[in-house]
Amino acid sequence: MVKVILDNVSKFFGKVKAVVDLNLRIGDGEFVALLGPSGCGKTTTLLMVAGIYKPTRGKILFDDKDVTKLPPRDRNVGMVFQSYALYPHMSVYDNIAFPLRLKKVPRNEIDRKVKQVAKLLRIEELLHRKPSQLSGGQQQRVALGRALVKEPDVLLLDEPLSNLDAKLRVVMRAELKRLQKELKITTIYVTHDQVEAMSMADRIAVMNAGKLQQYAPPTELYNKPANLFVAGFIGAPPMNFIEGLIKEINGEYYFDSEYFKLKLVNEIGEMIASKTSETIMGFRPENAKIILEEKPNTIQGKVYVVEPLGKDIIVNIKIGDMIVKILTRPGAELTPGQNIWLQLDMKKIHFFEKQTGKAII
Amino acid sequence: MRKKFKMPSIGGRTIILNIIKYLLVIIIAVIPLIPVWSMLLWLAVQSFSGRVILGIIPSEVTFKNWRFLWSPIKMGLKEYPNIWPVTLNTLFLALGVTGLVVFVSTLGGYALSRMEFKGRMELMQFIIALHAFPSIILLIALFVILNNLGLYGKGYMTLVGIILIKAGLEIPMATWIIKGFFDAIPWDLEWAALVDGCTRWKAWRTVILPLVLPGIGAISIFSFLSGWSEFLLVFTYVEDEAYYTLPVLIYHMIGEFKFIDWGMLAALGLFFTIPTIIFFSTSQKLLLRIYVGGIKR
Repeated sequence: MVKVILDNVSKFFGKVKAVVDLNLRIGDGEFVALLGPSGCGKTTTLLMVAGIYKPTRGKILFDDKDVTKLPPRDRNVGMVFQSYALYPHMSVYDNIAFPLRLKKVPRNEIDRKVKQVAKLLRIEELLHRKPSQLSGGQQQRVALGRALVKEPDVLLLDEPLSNLDAKLRVVMRAELKRLQKELKITTIYVTHDQVEAMSMADRIAVMNAGKLQQYAPPTELYNKPANLFVAGFIGAPPMNFIEGLIKEINGEYYFDSEYFKLKLVNEIGEMIASKTSETIMGFRPENAKIILEEKPNTIQGKVYVVEPLGKDIIVNIKIGDMIVKILTRPGAELTPGQNIWLQLDMKKIHFFEKQTGKAII
Repeated sequence: MRKKFKMPSIGGRTIILNIIKYLLVIIIAVIPLIPVWSMLLWLAVQSFSGRVILGIIPSEVTFKNWRFLWSPIKMGLKEYPNIWPVTLNTLFLALGVTGLVVFVSTLGGYALSRMEFKGRMELMQFIIALHAFPSIILLIALFVILNNLGLYGKGYMTLVGIILIKAGLEIPMATWIIKGFFDAIPWDLEWAALVDGCTRWKAWRTVILPLVLPGIGAISIFSFLSGWSEFLLVFTYVEDEAYYTLPVLIYHMIGEFKFIDWGMLAALGLFFTIPTIIFFSTSQKLLLRIYVGGIKR
């Protein structure tokens, strides 16, 4: 088990900047997710850690050893590809034994280790089959077995669950997490699914357009997003954003959007006003309450459409010509066109600078 | 609820219609094969018949026409003990071409498919242009080269020279074909092999190559057939009858005998096709056995 350090790593493909000045420290035995939309450079980053791509600039360290120039075979990493990349002409047994055979491990030792891994992943009765005779979930286990059998220092997972159906994905999510905690292998997990990242990882590195946006534990990412991108990417339904100005009137601070005025807590208002006046306010769908009569410091709107989810409902509310989404428990009958008022949880609203998108609070 | 749909009636009319439909399909599928098979069949019948009336109608059963398998055949001044030395020459030529073509084009095709280097595109276009030259326009130039290399008039070495030429002419096309097969292999597989501990060379040998076996089957068939039936180069460059190949021998059977022994020619012709059929039917399996990759498609 090792620490993995990416020190100012960049990767350019011709003019395309896939990864720009990435700094990442991954602790010994830590489970880190690289999260971002497709094309954000997360797989490129993973392939650089694996040694498939050489960084254009920067260094990659395993513990204190510089591995930047080492080929993949000298890094002792295990990797599961999105397509699983099982060798179609080899049986499951041979697939798992392949890395050990390359290391010239004695035959009986190989047999023991393959059977041990197969038992761990519950694929013992599949060992004689060919990959094409397996289901997606079984192939995924075999790929994981092949990565684990060599007892890697670092385990790299490239969207391993994206080819599974929704039900199996939830099962495998928990199993992968348990396995990682059990084996204590430093793991880097690439995904575009924020639920996967949130539920499995110790820390999440959110990337966009080749740049690291925020690197923090899931709860911090959720509660204190560093910028607009992270705020909008994490959480479903996504955070609501409303543009507006911060105004000071008689020593009191107001958030003034086109359609409503909201009085802010003094300290917060002062802090925002000291930085900028043009802001974007953000609040999560679960941090607002729908009330049926007007109260001070609420926002008036009209019910646009209601989406029931079973346990909760999502209410789309039209404020002027904007639509915000509110997550709430089913209760009062809400009909489209009905007038309602929104009461925001003032402790849980976020403000971002309009120009830079950076979080102020 | 009442069932609304009707069971399809298996009446006489439908059956007859079906029979007509299938007959039509079978006839259309078989018609193109009829000329080929009837000629082969005629060749076979001819080769086992003693007398041929008007050169077309066979009669009397005999093995006399196949005597070249065990008794001497005379051709001009040269007398062969039997057909086997010539067959061996032909096989040597064909397998030599096949081996060389497979070796060079699997390496070349991989490089063109997988490696980034300057002028790769130009090289690919240039390679395909090479295929445009028929060997006949190169005969004189190739003669000079063979002579300078000391491969002319040196017995088996002449055949080696011809193998080089023939392979050289086949390699461009074969490289293109096999490049397509390499293109179809996902990068993930090769990367997985590298991560598992392979060098690039080892990954090529243990993971990539087994997956392009169908492609290797394809180029083997093409190059074997083209080597086996090569006439012009052998006819031009081989002086010593001891190193003739079957196509040239057959040519001389027609060209130098006053009376053409049609029965023997038919037998020889049939004999000439046998290895082709064997080779094709064995490597055809390779062509059909296309692997399905890791993900279910």
